[in-house]
Amino acid sequence: MIGRAALFVTCLADTLYPSVGIATVTVLERLGVSVSFPREQTCCGQMHFNSGYVDEARQLGQRFVDVFAGEPVVVTPSASCAAHVRHQYAELLGDDARGVPESVVELSQFVSGLGAVAIGARFRGTVTYHPTCHSLRVLRVGDSPLRLLREVEGLGLVELPDADECCGFGGTFAVKNAAVSSAMLADKLDAIESTGADVVCACDSSCLMHIGGGLRRRGSRVRAVHLAEILAGAS
Amino acid sequence: MSAARDELLARIRAALADVEPVAVTRAYREVGTLDRASVVERFVERIEDYGATVIRSSDPAVAVAALLSGRVVIVHELPASLRPSGVELIEDDGLTALQLDEIDAALTTCAAACAETGSIALDGGPGQGRRALTLVPDLHVCIVRVADIVETVPELIDRLAPSAREGRPIVIVSGPSATSDIELARVEGVHGPRRLVVVLHDCPTVMSIPQT
Amino acid sequence: MVRACAPFIWRKFLPVPPSRAAARDAAPVVFPQAARAGLANAQLRANLNAATTTIREKRAQVVAEVGDWEELRDAAAAIKDSALHRLDTVLLELEATVTKARGIVHWARDAAEANRIVVDLVRATGADEVVKVKSLATDEIRLNEALEAGGIRPIETDLAELIVQLAGERASHLLVPAIHKNRTEIRDLLRVALDRPDLTDEPTELTAAARLHLRAAFLRARVAISGANFAVAETGTICVVESEGNGRMCTTLPETLITVMGIEKVVPEWRDLGVFLQLLPRSATGERMNPYTSLWAGVRAGDGPSAFHLVLLDNGRTRALADDVGRPALRCIRCSACVNVCPVYRRVGGHAYHTVYAGPIGAILQPQLSGESGQAGSLPFASSLCGACADVCPVKIDIPRILVRERARAVAAERQGLEGATLRRLGRILSDRRRYERAQRLTRVLQRPALRDGHLRWFPGPLGGWGESRDLPGVPAQTFREWWEARERGA
Ligand code: SF4
Repeated sequence: MIGRAALFVTCLADTLYPSVGIATVTVLERLGVSVSFPREQTCCGQMHFNSGYVDEARQLGQRFVDVFAGEPVVVTPSASCAAHVRHQYAELLGDDARGVPESVVELSQFVSGLGAVAIGARFRGTVTYHPTCHSLRVLRVGDSPLRLLREVEGLGLVELPDADECCGFGGTFAVKNAAVSSAMLADKLDAIESTGADVVCACDSSCLMHIGGGLRRRGSRVRAVHLAEILAGAS
Repeated sequence: MSAARDELLARIRAALADVEPVAVTRAYREVGTLDRASVVERFVERIEDYGATVIRSSDPAVAVAALLSGRVVIVHELPASLRPSGVELIEDDGLTALQLDEIDAALTTCAAACAETGSIALDGGPGQGRRALTLVPDLHVCIVRVADIVETVPELIDRLAPSAREGRPIVIVSGPSATSDIELARVEGVHGPRRLVVVLHDCPTVMSIPQT
Repeated sequence: MVRACAPFIWRKFLPVPPSRAAARDAAPVVFPQAARAGLANAQLRANLNAATTTIREKRAQVVAEVGDWEELRDAAAAIKDSALHRLDTVLLELEATVTKARGIVHWARDAAEANRIVVDLVRATGADEVVKVKSLATDEIRLNEALEAGGIRPIETDLAELIVQLAGERASHLLVPAIHKNRTEIRDLLRVALDRPDLTDEPTELTAAARLHLRAAFLRARVAISGANFAVAETGTICVVESEGNGRMCTTLPETLITVMGIEKVVPEWRDLGVFLQLLPRSATGERMNPYTSLWAGVRAGDGPSAFHLVLLDNGRTRALADDVGRPALRCIRCSACVNVCPVYRRVGGHAYHTVYAGPIGAILQPQLSGESGQAGSLPFASSLCGACADVCPVKIDIPRILVRERARAVAAERQGLEGATLRRLGRILSDRRRYERAQRLTRVLQRPALRDGHLRWFPGPLGGWGESRDLPGVPAQTFREWWEARERGA
């Protein structure tokens, strides 16, 4: 069992979705992990890299490495940030990555990696799970989030039609190609609402910001909730 | 002309200044594992799946006679044992495309067949003739020896290697011509023959002319 | 060629002349604008969705049948790389084997040179029309326009190409150029173009009408023009993969055959076809094998054309070859699997891309071949980077990675206006923890007048698009780090 982990909360969760960070801490501590939060952390640079701003991305990447170097395990509740650090840093930073990419683990993979541990989560309601593109196709988390959800007491899991279709977020794509992004979102929201679930859940605050923002704009009763928040639920 | 060639080659060489040679690992399946009977079954199932008609016969000439009517083009070397009676057989002596268009069917053998994809391959070898014969008439009847059916695509390509090295034109045919250009709905029968009939023939001695 | 058609694009989408338009719109907006047109066309979206859904399901089925699919992909990628990494040698070998088989090899540095070669060859035969097999390379160089300018009538013989040609449109899909049209639209077109008012919208009947129309052309044709799916250096064999038999007609019946082929189509060995002829049909049309695969080397006495010309085309390919990140794009076998799974393509259609190569592959290939970023830099951004394309690509091209690289080039090449300023500013804020925390606090204050129920609905400047369909929570009373510090203090 891993006794200690540093949390990379991500700039997005830190600033807009603190509940996701708090839930991540709750889950980790419940599993007996002692959590630290290196305060110097800001952003991994994913958005800059994916948008073509390589200099900024490199600078932010270097900063990330400086902040987390020496940490044996860095847990993050964002699949796309974990994917960026793990899969792009080597190319972006070369030797300067100093082994940091390998230490970064996405939350659901971290928890699944601990083996059959009881998280002791309870949740009332039906949930549908949206596998975000980077968790599915870059990080390849497989069904670990689904297995975790199945263990949650009281939670009814319903399948999302066309689950592996992109929700249309894509970072700056959402504003640069807002019309296409919105069309993709509309289809995703239709699929979510067709399940009758109370909650749509994912491993990425960024996609959830897009999906949740769309649900809210529609006046939907479905809520977008991060996996960490469900796993932390002990109500 | 040669200036273009020189410049193009120079551009390529300049572009490749930094590269290393790449080794190709072929971990894919080159040779099949099915027994003969299963290979034949699979061939039949798959070529039928793509709209060809399959007939099994120990006497192909009789089976073919029942299928054909009108004028049928063949090559001079087609053995007598494969020639049906009761139809007008026309030996190709350089028929023009327009003349071929007046003919009802072509009767040929083939060079090899592939079970996995339900394909037959023609390489202009004995019994097959030139490419136009099996292209212009609306019906192609192809006699396939069981022994010529291989299981996998790499095996088929391997079988055809001597013909390719000799520079013979090859056509691999999988079912009648088809299109999916309208709403991706498959329609069989476009420019190539609208019907393909395969006569499976298990006597290996009839066509004993070697391929190379 | 792409350069030459740029003014056309601008004229089509901007009501003002290019120079003024460029001055007015500093930000590149062309793909997003064209995409809106596609999105607004409900018929187009329905046609595309139905067609791509069918083809994806078929592909998934026949791919699942192949137990060694991943090994085939690995081999295919390696074979292509091995050819690309010694392209000069492999092309010279191809030239030698084709020449030995009594074919004539021509080299063309760019579209204009290729067109000139082809037009001169056709003229020398005295023919005033040619039959054509569907070929992306000839679409890329706009050969048909060059032929027409030279007084030669090109007849497209692939059904979908014919439909597009008769409609006076451009292809919207690599493989199914008329995918944007449904059967009723095609019926209406053929009724007029073929003078067949009797036609119904049954695909069988429409296909029969095309067969009848083209048969005469095949039988009288003296010259044919084709592309090539593969060319085998070892044996000098050209390979054309097709379904309808129009490819066989063109490569068999006429006296003269001219094949125009991008230099990246060459594979070293005959046995390599055993790999690609498994990957291509299954990835492309979802078939185990396409109905017809034609393979020939040079000319063969008594069988087929008596003259064969092979035009080897660069037209930007050596530029792509020089780019270590972008080089793998030259592995592409034009199967269009990436197009069919692309969520962006499937919603906007191929015309929005304004390149012969629509969809994800077009978004990387077009900028690479032209040396410019497509549509004023907007094409590489026409992707959510979802990665579905890379997952299906039979030659394992990491399309998202190359897209990101092309984005970096676009950003380096031109200032991205307000967006660039915003992102650079944000980069500075994020690279200093104190600045970042200050920005969090400042936003909390500045957002106040705009907040409704804790959320924002409208956004300024380059962020405006967000508000089209989404709300956003404001910065809450306590950020995560503030919560953490409070907890630490309490502990
Ligand atoms: S990039 Fe890959 S998937 Fe797309 S067309 Fe080319 S080979 Fe096919």
